[in-house]
Formats: sequence, C-alpha cells, structure tokens
Amino acid sequence: MHEMSLMESVREIVEDASRVHDARRVAVVRVRIGALAAVDPDALRFAFDVVMRGGCAEGARFEIELQPGAGWCWDCARSVVLSGNGTSCPDCGGHRLEVTGGTEMRVHEIELASDEEAASCA
Amino acid sequence: MCVTCGCESTARHDHHHEPALTPGARGFGVLAPATRTVSVEVDLLAKNDRFAAENRARLQADGVLALNLVSSPGSGKTTLLVRTLEALKGRRPVAVIEGDQQTSLDADRIAATGAPVMQLNTGKGCHLDAHQVGHAIEALAPLPGAVLFIENVGNLVCPAAFDLGEAHKVVFLSVTEGDDKPLKYPDMFRASRLCLVTKSDLLPYVPFDTARAIANAKSVNPALECLVLSVQSGAGFDAWLEWLEHASVGPLPRAAAMQSGVGA
Repeated sequence: MHEMSLMESVREIVEDASRVHDARRVAVVRVRIGALAAVDPDALRFAFDVVMRGGCAEGARFEIELQPGAGWCWDCARSVVLSGNGTSCPDCGGHRLEVTGGTEMRVHEIELASDEEAASCA
Repeated sequence: MCVTCGCESTARHDHHHEPALTPGARGFGVLAPATRTVSVEVDLLAKNDRFAAENRARLQADGVLALNLVSSPGSGKTTLLVRTLEALKGRRPVAVIEGDQQTSLDADRIAATGAPVMQLNTGKGCHLDAHQVGHAIEALAPLPGAVLFIENVGNLVCPAAFDLGEAHKVVFLSVTEGDDKPLKYPDMFRASRLCLVTKSDLLPYVPFDTARAIANAKSVNPALECLVLSVQSGAGFDAWLEWLEHASVGPLPRAAAMQSGVGA
C-alpha cells in the first residue's frame, strides 16, 4: 500500500545524495528496514523498479537489509528479540512490551557509478 | 607525463580502479564499472516527520488537542464525529480536517453542523501526510484550546506510519468487523492511544466478542485505552466526551503510559 510513497521518498533521498556527490548514475541502493516497520519487502522491491524509472537510479540494484525487532519486557525487566508486531515476550509469554528497535526505515548507502556518458542526476 | 591517466608522476603506478578486473574479463583488459560507496543514512519518513514536528509545535503552543482518527472504511468515524461536534457546540471550539480519496461528501456532513472544516482529497494516495495537514491547519487556524479532529483516509495500514503532528491517534473498530482485527492489523493499534469499539447497538446480531477484541488490542499495545459505544443508542458516548475533556494536548511519554497501563 504505502510502499509506493515510501519509495518516492527513497528516490528523492537517492537523487539528492547523487547530486551532492556529483554522480551520474546510481548502481546500488541499500536500505535498512526494521522487522517492526510495517513494510512489506516484496512490495518495496516492486515499487523500486516502478518509481526509479526515468531517474539516475533506474536499473540500479536494490538491496534490503532487514533489521531485527527489539523490545523491553516490563515483566522480565530485560531486552528481548521481537519477530513481529503483536508477538509476546519470547521468555515469559507476556505482552507488557515496549518496542525499542526494529522500526527503522532508512536509506543506508548508495553505490555510485562513474560512467561518463550517462545523463546527469541534476 | 603518464599517458594512461595524465598524471605528472614518473614513478611506476597501477591504474586499477575499484573494483578492478572482473574474473571473467581477466586478460582482456575490460574494466568492470567503477563504483564508489556513499553513506546516506536518511530516514524515509524524515521529511514527513519534519513537517509533523512543525505541526505539533504549533498546535501545542496554542493548546489545541489534535486527534488523528483512523480505521478501516465504514467503521463510523464520520457519524461519531458529527455527533461529537454537536455535543461540543458552545462548550469548546472545534475544527475538522477530512481526508478522503475523493469527493467532499464527508466535509459536507461536517459543515452541516456548523464546524469549520477542510476537505483533503488524497487522489491516488492512501493516507494523509504532515505536509498536506500543515497547510490545512494554516487555513483553518483552530482557536486556542480547540479540538482539531483529523479524519484520516479509511485504511488500517498506511496511516500508522505517517505522523501528522497529532497528540493522539484514535483507532475505531466497529463490531461488524471482527474481534481479531487488532491482531491482523497490529501496527495501527500499536500506534494509537485510544480504541473506540463502535456500533455496540449491533452486538446482539453479530458474533463479536467485545472482551476478546479488547484483549487482542491490548496484547498489541498494553497502554491502549478502550471505550465501547454506540452513536445510535448513545450508550458509552458520555465516556468518550469525558475522555476528550481530559485528553492531554501533548502525547503521553510511551514508557509512562506503559507503566500505568494494565497488563494484557
């Protein structure tokens, strides 16, 4: 659903970064997505090809690095690994959990190609 | 001068670029495309979150209670809103932002109550974003101490991720939808402060277990408050008005909410 609009943010972020580094073509886009970020990786991959069309990242390789979910269990009073939203504490089975990590969605890094003939990102 | 790269060095040096020759091309002098890796580290929602922070600062400074109403289509958001606006008339200033994919039908219903309203059509978009809402706030200019209701697009998935600058999200769950919905769409229930179980007058006719629905919602978000009500019969409506009266203009720190909240 919202993977399309998220991907439009990716395009904007990637094109800004390419301009700053005076690059003509982006070869690889690497994003980090948390397990609790409410994003479907397959939908994101589909959106990448569609949204990058006509820009300097068209045809680039898209890599998703999935980050594990993490939470604090108030009953165990310690950090636990969470596989998804709505899961219980893997140790005590309780639900008094505070999500502490794994909700991120960010462009981690890009690889810039230096072929001269490609159209500029600018 | 080195004729290969044009540098001034006379010493021996190589002309490998990173990555160097690909294995398959070894001996043929064909270079793999040279790439350089650049760290970016920008959040996908950074731009939206910046606008949301501006909205929030403006609303809190004016003591405006902004509520982002979210649910699947048809859960009774507009009906409850119309009744709420009538109840608040003469007691507290209000303003309404209506989000829909198309038409101003909902805004027309709201306008009939006399409340200032602005319709936002998202077109192909599936949610309101903080930028659109910022412009609407500017145009509506809610009075100090007002309640600003932002009725989001009927969609239980996408609006969870897009902060609009509200104090709280209020998620609606109608009894015709099924008590397992909080488990099927956990993100929205996790992001919300209050869950309104609506259309309770229909309970005799549908296989909806209210206690199970609330337990499911709290398993996703132990700090979630839940109210059961019906606009048709008026049952539970006063508790909603009371909640409105005491709701904090700023978002509650999550850890504090968790500690005071009851377990699942």
